[in-house]
Amino acid sequence: MKSLPRLYRFLRPYRRQSIVALLMLLLMVAADLVIPRLTQRVIDQGIAAHNLPVVITTALYMVAASTLSVILALVNNALSVKAAVGFGTDLRSALMRKVQTFSFGNLDRLQTGHLIVRSTSDVNAVQIIVMLLLRIMTRAPIWAAGAIVLLVFTSPRLAVIMAVFVPLIVALVWIFARKAHRMYRLMQKRLDRLNTVLQENLAGIRVVKAFVRTVHEIGRFDEANTALMNRTMQVAQLMAVFLPLMLLVLNMAIVSAVWFGGKFAIAGEMSVGHVVAAINYLAFALFPILLLGSMLGPLSAADASAGRILEILDAEPRVRPAERPATPDTPKGRIVFEGVGFGYDGNGAEPVLCDVSFAAEPGETVAILGATGSGKSTLIHLIPRFYDVTAGRITFDGTDLRELDLGWLRRTVGVVLQEAVLFSGTVRDNICFGRRTASEEEIRTAARAAQAEDFIAALPKGYDTVIGQRGVTLSGGQRQRIAIARALLVQPKVLILDDATSALDIETEIRLQDALDRLIGVSQGTTTRFIVAQRISTVLLADRILLLDRGRVDAVGTHQELLDSNSLYRDIYRSQLGEPPGEETGRNG
Amino acid sequence: MGDKATQRPGPMRVAGIPGPGGSGGPQGRTIERAKDARGALRRLMPYLRPYRGALVGATLAAALGTAMALAAPFLMGRAIDQLSKKDLGALLVPVLLMLAAYGLSAAAQLVQGVVITRISQKAMRALRGDLFGHLQTLPLRFFDTSAQGELMSRLTNDMDAINRVLTHNATQIFTGILTLAGILGIIFFLSPWLAAGSMLSFPLMIGLVGIVGRKTRTVFRSYQERLGRLNAVLEETYSGQRVVLSFGQEQDVMARFDRANEAVRATGVKAMTLALVVMPMMGILSNLNVAILCGLGGWLAIRGMVSIGTIAAFISYSRRFAEPLRQLGNLYNQVQGALAGAERIFQLMDTRPDRIDAPRSTAFSRVAGEVDIDNICFSYKPGVPVLRDISLHVRPGQRIALVGPTGAGKTTLVNLLSRFYEIDSGTIRIDGVDIRSVSRDSLRRQLGVVLQHSFLFSESVMENIRYGRLDASDEDVFAAARLAHADGFIRRLPKGYGTLLSERGQSLSEGQRQLLSIARAILADPAILVLDEATSSVDTRTELAIQKALNELMRGRTSFVIAHRLSTITGADQVVVIDDGRVVEQGTHDQLLAREGVYRRLYQSQFRDRERLRGASEN
Repeated sequence: MKSLPRLYRFLRPYRRQSIVALLMLLLMVAADLVIPRLTQRVIDQGIAAHNLPVVITTALYMVAASTLSVILALVNNALSVKAAVGFGTDLRSALMRKVQTFSFGNLDRLQTGHLIVRSTSDVNAVQIIVMLLLRIMTRAPIWAAGAIVLLVFTSPRLAVIMAVFVPLIVALVWIFARKAHRMYRLMQKRLDRLNTVLQENLAGIRVVKAFVRTVHEIGRFDEANTALMNRTMQVAQLMAVFLPLMLLVLNMAIVSAVWFGGKFAIAGEMSVGHVVAAINYLAFALFPILLLGSMLGPLSAADASAGRILEILDAEPRVRPAERPATPDTPKGRIVFEGVGFGYDGNGAEPVLCDVSFAAEPGETVAILGATGSGKSTLIHLIPRFYDVTAGRITFDGTDLRELDLGWLRRTVGVVLQEAVLFSGTVRDNICFGRRTASEEEIRTAARAAQAEDFIAALPKGYDTVIGQRGVTLSGGQRQRIAIARALLVQPKVLILDDATSALDIETEIRLQDALDRLIGVSQGTTTRFIVAQRISTVLLADRILLLDRGRVDAVGTHQELLDSNSLYRDIYRSQLGEPPGEETGRNG
Repeated sequence: MGDKATQRPGPMRVAGIPGPGGSGGPQGRTIERAKDARGALRRLMPYLRPYRGALVGATLAAALGTAMALAAPFLMGRAIDQLSKKDLGALLVPVLLMLAAYGLSAAAQLVQGVVITRISQKAMRALRGDLFGHLQTLPLRFFDTSAQGELMSRLTNDMDAINRVLTHNATQIFTGILTLAGILGIIFFLSPWLAAGSMLSFPLMIGLVGIVGRKTRTVFRSYQERLGRLNAVLEETYSGQRVVLSFGQEQDVMARFDRANEAVRATGVKAMTLALVVMPMMGILSNLNVAILCGLGGWLAIRGMVSIGTIAAFISYSRRFAEPLRQLGNLYNQVQGALAGAERIFQLMDTRPDRIDAPRSTAFSRVAGEVDIDNICFSYKPGVPVLRDISLHVRPGQRIALVGPTGAGKTTLVNLLSRFYEIDSGTIRIDGVDIRSVSRDSLRRQLGVVLQHSFLFSESVMENIRYGRLDASDEDVFAAARLAHADGFIRRLPKGYGTLLSERGQSLSEGQRQLLSIARAILADPAILVLDEATSSVDTRTELAIQKALNELMRGRTSFVIAHRLSTITGADQVVVIDDGRVVEQGTHDQLLAREGVYRRLYQSQFRDRERLRGASEN
């Protein structure tokens, strides 16, 4: 139980509600505990003494006490719900706010699915526990304590029975709870496994069918299915044994109270009313322990959830905003890499980039070429500070990126990522994502430049067509073009295209390329561009070509310079022309 | 996403907690109804039928357990009545009977619990297995049209709801009703007068559960809706987080999220408060009842019409009335939710499976790879043809390049070869045999497919490649990886071939994943190869290497290649240009170039690039 207490700060805004709720609990317990006393009065002073007025007045007291208890419970419930729901809402908001400070370095470690689980079911689990804490968990020990005190007052000798049964019950609850916790975790793992197999068969059904692996997959599923069944059975059977056993022990305590209390009453040492009251108090004292025991499961599940939530809340943003951020008024877009090194995992792992130095002058187009895994995407991700360099520095118009305002930098640098992710909403909403205030004309210009205008016009409602979540209703190429339009619309000083055209067919790509070329012509000298590409034709017009090989700059130069001086470049060039590679091929295999 | 909370077990219910309040919250409960509850129930029955005998036993045990639990307060009343008789021996009898009743009750509950657990888990396994087996038979069309994330979470939630109803709620309903009936029977037996007094509050309790229950359901439905909307926002924001970040739109996103989050807060408070009203209100009624019993009982007792023990037993029973009643009220929602879930699952199981193989279908052993496509037409949706009247004749070992703009139908065409979809008209023959007359499995074994998006499983690299041929030795896997030029990077992975690929191979680059899926296809050693834009995101140099491997692989195999690049197309034996679902041109590269057609236009756009390159290199 280490993580839950650390979330206390989210309950702090609801401290008043929480304290009042707990106060209500205290009063409630007091009202509840009065009732066995009053029962005793009815029996001893009313019925036994044949005194009807006492019976009736005491009965009225009982109604008053229990009505008070109920009213207190209602108030307690309302306050607890308010505090717990508020707690949950704030916690979700804190998670979201935290994620907004993350850079790619943080996001790489988190799967989207996990993030969602943390904001939904994990928050829910903790919220439920907070509510239970305010409503029941706190009440149980007070209740037990009060009942024990009153039991001792009512009959010290019957209280001895308690002394025997309490440790027994506590020990049993403890043993079972620990066992259940472990089993529950194992079961959860089996469930995850089953879900993975199911998920894969939904997402990869083509592969399964293409390789005729239905029988194999059914076998895989069966294995996971049976494993889950066995674990679930274990947990459920443990519970099936635990609950009757606990109830039995509790009831044994009550039977012994009846027997011994009866003995005392027959011996004239106790009144009948006292015996009845003592039995009631005994029940009041023991049930809360069982109740608490039954909450250990959810409690430890909630603690695990809290741990997962804290993992996110505690995470250090990999990219920290500058302390005194600079926001240049008239950025020119000169980007200089000075001895830049980068590794995804600080130490140990092989660095992805090593000693990269080059300069991109304002308005220049820099093309980046290289093999899979040579670090092309990484390199351009450093410019908007999706990651921070681990060695050297990158400057924007002479200022270290780390001294610039992060928001300003990212709004000044436009990026089209490899995977075009769109949001639900209209086509227009998506294009305007980076600049809500854009005019209709600007939107159309951007769409035209991205070769998106034709297909948008063909959509049922044009720019107002609502696209489904993550743009599933569009083809990959269409999504890509909208993503490009989205980046063009912000009229960035620096534009980065990360292999953004790979999902397009040749014709569209060529048209897009032409449009971009024209755009380059128009914006010559105003927008610095970085293009990660595979096709030499794409990069032909670049002012500078950066050839990467395993994280190092193999060569920088124009097409002609590289053709004359670099064998790797010549290989790529030849392969693009459909000619056999030169003899010196294959340094990289 | 709907309702994640239901995936976690709520706090366990403990019977007989004194006082108002109860335990457990109503959070995240799905409130919905099955359209045909009886039908869903009828479909669930076969899963329980094999355990009929055990079920009868469990039911008897539950009845015994309930009866014994109910007998105990009655016996306690008897015991208290003995106190005034000052006879210890007379006290011993009811005390021993109590002991026996509690013992029997515990034993019966234990037996019933264990038996029900075993039965329900076995039934759940069978249900899950059936569902999965059925999913495997569904045509691709089904998977094309359903959103997988949604389907997945629905299945998980629905199964979970059914599981809970089978494991816990079914017994709770049975024992709950039995308890209520038992209490009514006993109190009338004990004292009709006192029972009549209790009848003042019991109907009020029942009415309260009904009314508040209905109101709660309405509020909860709107809570669920808002929660659903919030989850949609969450999912979208988190999955698009990189885009949000790259445009510096964090504030905007936060505002959108806050609106959805606050909406949930408001209805959440309302729904949960309302749900928690029932139990205290029941408490009021229950206490009212106790007061009535004390007053009335006291009056009757003074006149010697009832004993003190009877009153004590009465109070004890009337307190027990509220709990099962409230539970039954809650169970109604849960059972309805589970039945709605069951209904959806059975609906899925009723989805028509892929056309079964023709009755006397033969099996391909190993084909030479001659493919004849004659006048085939195909549409996904009736009236919207995707392929029209396509004919194609391919000799064994030929390489066919499919060329054309996005959406022209290239991918559809190769999918038809594998019978992922069935053609509307025309015939496809392999080695002269109509593919509809052979079993689908034997057909697909002839075809090696490298799909547009490489799909890998969360197994080791080794197992992923071996997927192509399950009985392949480790050496075979290494050899295939080497051919696909994947061996190098695999050996550089933390655990080499033993490296586990996390969720769908996220830890590998797109290029590397493609190399693995190529290795997988190489290992399968098919007679006919289909490459669907598979090389598009591997960069030039890697592709160059792959090209060499694939050239090796394609030798002697009929190959259909969908490629973006003309350089890979020029080496094809036939180039088929597809536009708008028709074959618009067909022939060798040179033949097509000689025509003034689409291909020439496509080629020229590439050729112009070449000229540019040439020009640049000659400068």
